[in-house]
Amino acid sequence: MKRVVILGGGVGGTIVANLLARKVKDAHVTVVDRTGKHVYQPGFLYVAFGRMKPERLVRDERTLLHRRVKLVLGDAARVDAKAKEVILQDGDAIPYHYLVIATGAEIVPDGIPGHQAAHQFYSIHGALRLREALRSFPGGHIVVAIGGVPYKCPPAPAEAACLLDYHFAKLGRREKVRIHYLSPLGRVFPIESFSPKVQELFERKGVKYTTFFNVERVDPIAKVVHSLEGESIPFDLLILVPPHRGVAFAKASGLADAGGWIPTDKHTLEVKGHEGSIWALGDATDIPISKSGAAAHFEAKVVAKNVAARLRGQTPTARYGGRVFCFFDAGFRRASALRFDYGHSPPPMAVSRRWYLGKMLMNRLYWTLIPKARA
Amino acid sequence: MIQESVAAARIVDARGSVCPGPLMALIGAVREQGVGDVIAVYSTDTGSRKDIPLWVQKAGHELVGTYDRGGYTEFVVRKKR
Repeated sequence: MKRVVILGGGVGGTIVANLLARKVKDAHVTVVDRTGKHVYQPGFLYVAFGRMKPERLVRDERTLLHRRVKLVLGDAARVDAKAKEVILQDGDAIPYHYLVIATGAEIVPDGIPGHQAAHQFYSIHGALRLREALRSFPGGHIVVAIGGVPYKCPPAPAEAACLLDYHFAKLGRREKVRIHYLSPLGRVFPIESFSPKVQELFERKGVKYTTFFNVERVDPIAKVVHSLEGESIPFDLLILVPPHRGVAFAKASGLADAGGWIPTDKHTLEVKGHEGSIWALGDATDIPISKSGAAAHFEAKVVAKNVAARLRGQTPTARYGGRVFCFFDAGFRRASALRFDYGHSPPPMAVSRRWYLGKMLMNRLYWTLIPKARA
Repeated sequence: MIQESVAAARIVDARGSVCPGPLMALIGAVREQGVGDVIAVYSTDTGSRKDIPLWVQKAGHELVGTYDRGGYTEFVVRKKR
């Protein structure tokens, strides 16, 4: 019987495993995951604002997997592509016929000198620490900045700026807080067609913005953040998106570029140089699309189809067209939605109550619909 | 504009990238490469023709050239600091 090994039990890896178990009955499907815990990362921001409890963001991976999928708790040390084996940190080797890498991205706060003076919402621990800082914030200058590109969920920091405005307005302390958003690009939002909408929101909410500000270092004593471009901005509370990189084993296996990202064909999602035997998806890859579950969800379906075709001895034909669908929470219970692919920028969508309800519904229905590949 | 070709230490193929986009890919590469290295970025995003030269100038690097490659644009940038 053919063996498929999937590294990573996040949204992408879990969907691939469940689809394969359903589509191909005579294959062994194994997921290797470091912790056995599946984390709903879009909830981090809501934890930081005290609107979601952290326990709602975590489930046992086993409960999300099809009964025919084997779950191995382990940390991949390297892939031996020649021998077709994954070697775990404890020395165990797991052989495969087909390998899917869905190990995501790691945050590397240490990449920014002085980061200890900053907050972040890219982990449950970081979100809880930020929640406490926001609760006790007496007023002053809050700066939202980005410590490196690429980073997960490109809209998240701009959403954070909008939600800061909403949070302090609700508390009746908005006038005591100045919010300053530092964009790494020449505009306030990565996607050009949606940027004017975000700029208009910032202007309406009194969120100040500075463009072309890529954080180089933080001075924790003077409480100043400095940019690669040579500018400096003072803060009382700094929310800094940490730098990201691909996980270490990919580099140790000779599968990754300088940033740790895995060179992957953006349409077939095969790892370059290992076509027909290794696929990669989600944040782990170098494909030119946002690092987000909203992309991994669609990529996983393509990978599952193509691996299933190989298992049946057919030629894979599914192609990923760059499809992403995600929400933008604008605060005050209003949101917008972004739908785009490699060939199409997102069409302008209204900021409305309807999309906000869509986002809240996704926060609730994620566990039922997405990892189990029901949507 | 300088037209002779310069050997790139790093090629960033950001064709088709809408989000986060070619400039973000370039900034990521500039952080990772050493001073003096040349980076080539391929882009199909029309906004790059404005964005990339503006950022390169603001960040104090050198735009070695902008080349129309038929269907996409190649930007060649030297990291200066």
